[in-house]
Amino acid sequence: MVLLESGFSSPRNDAFPAGLRVLVVDDDPTWLKILEKMLKKCSYEVTTCGLARDALNLLRERKDGYDIVISDVNMPDMDGFKLLEHVGLEMDLPVIMMSVDGETSRVMKGVQHGACDYLLKPIRMKELRNIWQHVFRRKIHEVRDIESLEGIESIQMTRSGCDLFDDGHFLGGDDTTSGRKRKDADNKHEDRDLSDPSSTKKARVIWTVDLHQKFVKAVNQIGFDKVGPKKILDLMNIPWLTRENVASHLQKYRLYLSRLQKESDIKNSFIGMKHSDPPNNSTASFGLHKPMNTMPDDVPNGTYSFPVNNSLAQSVDHKGQGDRNGIASVPMAEPKGALSKDIPESHKTKSSQMSFDHSLGSAASGVSFASFSSTTPARYSWTEVPEIQSIEYEPMQPENGFNQLPLPEPSMIEKEVNRSRTEVKPLFDEYRSNLVEHSSPADLVDLFPVQSKNQTLKNQVFDPISATKSSIKTKDISQNCLADSEFAQRNLNAAGIGVTLASLPEDLQIFWLQGDGYPMNIALQNFDFPEYNDPALIDETPFYLYDTPRLDHEHLFDPTEYYAIDQGLFA
Amino acid sequence: MRRQLQTMRKSLFDQGYLDEQFVQLEELQDDANPNFVEEVVTLYYRDSGRIILNIEQALERKPFDFNKLDAYMHQFKGSSSSIGAKKVKAESTLFREYCRSRNGEGCMRTFQQLKKEYATLRRKLEAYFQLARQAGPVETACRPK
Repeated sequence: MVLLESGFSSPRNDAFPAGLRVLVVDDDPTWLKILEKMLKKCSYEVTTCGLARDALNLLRERKDGYDIVISDVNMPDMDGFKLLEHVGLEMDLPVIMMSVDGETSRVMKGVQHGACDYLLKPIRMKELRNIWQHVFRRKIHEVRDIESLEGIESIQMTRSGCDLFDDGHFLGGDDTTSGRKRKDADNKHEDRDLSDPSSTKKARVIWTVDLHQKFVKAVNQIGFDKVGPKKILDLMNIPWLTRENVASHLQKYRLYLSRLQKESDIKNSFIGMKHSDPPNNSTASFGLHKPMNTMPDDVPNGTYSFPVNNSLAQSVDHKGQGDRNGIASVPMAEPKGALSKDIPESHKTKSSQMSFDHSLGSAASGVSFASFSSTTPARYSWTEVPEIQSIEYEPMQPENGFNQLPLPEPSMIEKEVNRSRTEVKPLFDEYRSNLVEHSSPADLVDLFPVQSKNQTLKNQVFDPISATKSSIKTKDISQNCLADSEFAQRNLNAAGIGVTLASLPEDLQIFWLQGDGYPMNIALQNFDFPEYNDPALIDETPFYLYDTPRLDHEHLFDPTEYYAIDQGLFA
Repeated sequence: MRRQLQTMRKSLFDQGYLDEQFVQLEELQDDANPNFVEEVVTLYYRDSGRIILNIEQALERKPFDFNKLDAYMHQFKGSSSSIGAKKVKAESTLFREYCRSRNGEGCMRTFQQLKKEYATLRRKLEAYFQLARQAGPVETACRPK
C-alpha cells in the first residue's frame, strides 16, 4: 500500500491504514459496487449497505466494528445528514458524505452536520485512499481527552491519599493560593489543553484527584442534569478556579462518562427509579425549569436547544395540552447538529422529554423531569449515580407510567414552539449556517421568554435536552418530537443557542469549539441509559426521528402512552 | 481483434459517450474481478432503468411534480456518473435545470433526448463488451495468474 511504503507509521500498528474498517452506505447499487472495489483496492475492510437504516443497525450491533463511515447524502429511507448526525452522536465515528451534487450549500450542510469530508461523485480512488486520516485524527483527539479524564479516574479509584501524585500539586490549600498555571508532569492532565483548544488561553488547571472529587461532588449535589459550570464552581469554592476551567472539565467529564457507560451496564439503576412521587405541578415544572437553567454551560454542543426547554418548563406550570411539546424539545437538539454533529440526537431527546413533561400537565412535567434527571445521573456510574437518580426522580410523577419518556404535553411546548417557530425558523437556518458565528442571539432570546437569565437558559437548554434524550425511552416520543417538530426544534435550537451564545459567548464558544461531538456522546449516552435494558428502543428512536416525516410517527407511538404526543406533535 | 476493441473504446471516449470515470472502472478491474467493468455497467442499466420508468410515470401525471422529477433525475444522474456516461449525464443536468425552472416542455424534450442517449450508449457498450469477451479476458491486464 502506498501509505505503508511511504514510511507512514501509525502509533497503533504497522499495517495501518490497511484493514481500516469502512462502512459504505449508498442506495445506488452501482456506486456501492464501485466503492467497495475501490476501498478494497486500498486494502481496507469494506462493508456495504444499501439503506441507512441497515447501516445504523450494523453500527449499533458492533459498536466498535467500524472505523469510518462513508455515506451518500440522498437516500430513500433516511436523509444522509440525519444518518450523519446519528453516527456522530451514537458512535462518534468519522463520517464522509458523498453526493453528485456539489453545491456549496449542500457541502456546508454536510460540514455543519459534522461530516469530516464531502466527496463529489464521481469519486476517484485516490480520494478514498486518504480517508484514514480522519480516523487517525479522531483517535488522537480522543486519546487525549480520555487520558486526561482517565487520569483523574484512575487516581481516584486507586486513591490512597497522596501516593498517586505529589502533594505539591494536589489540590489543597496550596493550590488555591498559587497561580493557576500549573505544570504537572506527573499526571496526565498535561494533555488537557489539547482537548481544550479554546480554553488554552486560560491558565491550565491540573485536575487533581481532590479537585476532581470536589467537582464530582458539586455535580452530584446540583444534579447532573442541572449542572452548569457556574453552579459547580460556586459549590466547589475554589477561588482560583474559573468557570472556564470547570466548563471544559465538565465537558470532558461527560465524555468520559459516556464512554464509561458504553462499557458498563447501568440500566439497573435507572430501572429502579420509579416515578412514584407525584410531584405537584409547581414542583414538576420547577424541576424541569431548573435543570434547564443550569445546563447551558455544560453542554456546549447540543445544549443550544435548551432554550426551548425553558419555555417548556414554563409551560409546564400552565398545564397546557400542547401538541408541540415534543417539538419544543426537539428543536433544541437540532442546532447542535450544526455545532457538533453528535449532539443533535441527544438534545432532541431531551427536548422531547421536556416537552412531554409539560404536556402531561403538572404531573407530567414531573415525570419528564424525573426521567431525564434520572437518566443523566445514571451515567455517572462511578460518581454516586444512584443518589442523583433518586433525587431526580422525586419530582417525577408516575402518572404516565413512562419512566422513560415523560408523556408529552405537547400543547404547552407546542405553543411555545409554535410561537417561536416561525420566528425561529429563519433564525435556525441562519443559525445553522452561522453556527460558529452565533447569529442573532438576541432574537433567540426573545423567543424564549422563560429564561430569567442567560445562564439559566443555557443550562436549561443543554441539560434538559440531553436528559430528555436519555430518558426518552419511547422512541416514539422522540421520534415524534423530532419528526414533527424538526422545524421547531431547529428553531428552538437555534434560539437556544443564540441565547446561550449571547449569554455566555466565551464559554459557549469555547464549548462549541471543543464540542467535538463529545457532549453529544454524553447526551447520547443519556439517552441510551434509560433504554439500557432496551437498546432496541434507542436504536429505533433515532431512526424514527429522522425517518418518519412528521406524519408517520403514529405507528411508532404507543397510543395509550403518547396520545399527547400524537396530538401535540402532529397536529 | 484487440485493435478493433481499442478503436471502439477510443471512439466511445472521443465521441463523448464516456468520460474519465469509465477509465477508473477499468483500472479497478483485476484478477479478482476480471469482468468488473461489464458487471458494473450491467448493474447500472438495471438500476437506472428503474429510475427511467419512475420518471416516465411521473411525466404522465399532470401537472408535473417538478420536485419529484428533480429528485428522480438527481438519483439518475448520480447513477450515470458511476460509469462515466457523459452524454447521459449532460442530459440529466439539463433536465434538472428545466425542473428547477418549472419548464414542463423542456423536461419532456430533454427526457426524450436522454432516453436516446441512454439507449445508444447501452448498445455501444454491449457491443464493446461482446467484442472484449471474444478478444480474451482482461485486456487491460495480461498478467499470468
